[in-house]
Amino acid sequence: MTLSFQQILSRISFSVLAALIGICFALPLIWFLFAPFNARAELGLEIPSPFTLKNFFTVFENTFAMRGLLNSFIQSIGGVVLVGFAATLAAYALSRSDIPGKKSITYLLLLFSSVVSGSAAMVPIFLIVSKLGLIDTHVAVILVFAGGLLPTAMFILRDFIDGIPKSYEESAMVAGASSMQAFRDVALPVIRPGIVVVVVWAFVNIWGSFLIPFILLRSDELMPASVAIYSFYSEAGTPIVTLLAAYALIYSFPVISLYLFVNWKFGFRFFGGIKA
Amino acid sequence: MASISFQNVTKSFGDFNAVSNASFEINDGEFICLLGPSGCGKTTSLRMIAGLETPTSGRIYIGDKDVTGLHPRDRKISMVFQDYALYPHMNISQNISYPLKVRGENEATRGERAQEVADVLKIGHLLDRLPAQISGGQQQRTSLARALVNPSQVYLFDEPLSNLDAKLRLEARGFLHHLQHSMGMTSVYVTHDQAEAMALATRVAVMDQGRIVQFATPMEIYRKPATTFVANFVGNPPMNLLPVEAMVEDNSLKVKADGLEVVALPMHKSFAEAVAINPNITLGVRPEHLRATAEEENVVRGKLFANENMGAEKLVTIERPDAARFTARIFTDDDIILSEDVALGFSSQHISLFDADGNRLALDNE
Repeated sequence: MTLSFQQILSRISFSVLAALIGICFALPLIWFLFAPFNARAELGLEIPSPFTLKNFFTVFENTFAMRGLLNSFIQSIGGVVLVGFAATLAAYALSRSDIPGKKSITYLLLLFSSVVSGSAAMVPIFLIVSKLGLIDTHVAVILVFAGGLLPTAMFILRDFIDGIPKSYEESAMVAGASSMQAFRDVALPVIRPGIVVVVVWAFVNIWGSFLIPFILLRSDELMPASVAIYSFYSEAGTPIVTLLAAYALIYSFPVISLYLFVNWKFGFRFFGGIKA
Repeated sequence: MASISFQNVTKSFGDFNAVSNASFEINDGEFICLLGPSGCGKTTSLRMIAGLETPTSGRIYIGDKDVTGLHPRDRKISMVFQDYALYPHMNISQNISYPLKVRGENEATRGERAQEVADVLKIGHLLDRLPAQISGGQQQRTSLARALVNPSQVYLFDEPLSNLDAKLRLEARGFLHHLQHSMGMTSVYVTHDQAEAMALATRVAVMDQGRIVQFATPMEIYRKPATTFVANFVGNPPMNLLPVEAMVEDNSLKVKADGLEVVALPMHKSFAEAVAINPNITLGVRPEHLRATAEEENVVRGKLFANENMGAEKLVTIERPDAARFTARIFTDDDIILSEDVALGFSSQHISLFDADGNRLALDNE
């Protein structure tokens, strides 16, 4: 096949353009991978020489930052468990029951949730939490996140469950199972891929969020990693790039490994036993 | 095993009556087919027996027990679903033995029983597979095995063969017939395929718009369809129906229509009554009772419309002056040669007559 000069030109220019865009996205990621291992890292991209783990040792000695990672785990896992549990039960009920107006309930909740977790509601949320006497506790952060994420989680899951034929549970009930057994033995395993998606999404949301814990928490011992990252700024407000880079890599590690784990264990895939 | 009784059962969804005031009895050991077009209420009736729907009014009994409001698990029933509803995360053995698991059988017994039933259904070598890893026919037998593993009072089938290809369907149908005869289980079977209903049922309930139109043995439904709806639904191809004008003459009945020559029919009481009210009645003849003929009497004439070769038989369709079509099912080894004008002959004993409302006119000796 011979290409005309014009075709060759357009292919070349397309490739060049794609490469340029690719580089724009790749550069920060490459910096993100290299900088932590460079003792003299700056904002410019540079291959570490010599290659060193010194930055990490310094970060590990910072107890406030390390404590922050643990706090992030407590808040994320607490929130994820609450969201996963409540969203599954609520979505199942909304999908399977004959409650009148169940559609509008979901949409209404979804609408309010974008308000609740947004910064616009920060003042009322602060006042409510403070009235409840929960300021400066993990519980406060977990509850606010759960409230903000639940409607969307319910919405995603309800859609997912709507797509699963009722005959799974019906056949279980005819076979002699109670409604509870049918849910546990049959519906839950079939819904699991949907729950996994919601759990990962909720985890990433809580793990990466800054504003809510920053406002609801006071004491250093409770701050999550997203806030603790500020301990790598000098008093003048300039970042200590070496330590910041090392800490950022550690901070992103749980999210990346969660994705890998879920993909390996469940796979974001689906299998069926229904003959369509 | 047990009998089933419907007493004035109605099921409404909003303004729509899926089942209207249905009453019928199913005897112990019978194989009943609920037959009808989609939306006629047959599946809703089955689901009410299963307990997956609750009647809006009326009572349902299984044996002597009123089960109208009972949870499905307390009804001692088994059911095969149209989509099989096999649990995708359990292997075939676990799928089959699930009814035993929820009833608290231990694991060893469950494995044994699953193996036994699976062997009967020739899926014994697949027990470790997942549902997604076996063929459609094997999935169908797995769902059947799950229904059979635990002795039940009533066995329910919701179009279990409709997802199989034609050859497998015939095979599975024969197997179901054999199974029901050897076990004598009370079964209710929903289908829209009249051939399945005729082949399997001891009695067929033909349903239309939420009502039972006729509840009788397959032969009676075939020979004496209660209404033009039944006549048009049962048989492959269905009965030919022709509007005719009737009059009583010399204690016999004469029917008239363009291109139709019928000798006077012996009089019956119902004929006289119907014609007195409205002489526009309907004449019905089954395709297999028609033959190509050169005779002058008891024939219907028309232009040749289609001549389809089915192997053992031919389907010859003619179009009549009023654009209505008549199909004959002609069994012959000879190649019949048809000109453009075709006359199809029949014997007057094979005629059915329906009054202006579509109800069959009974003979005096019936």
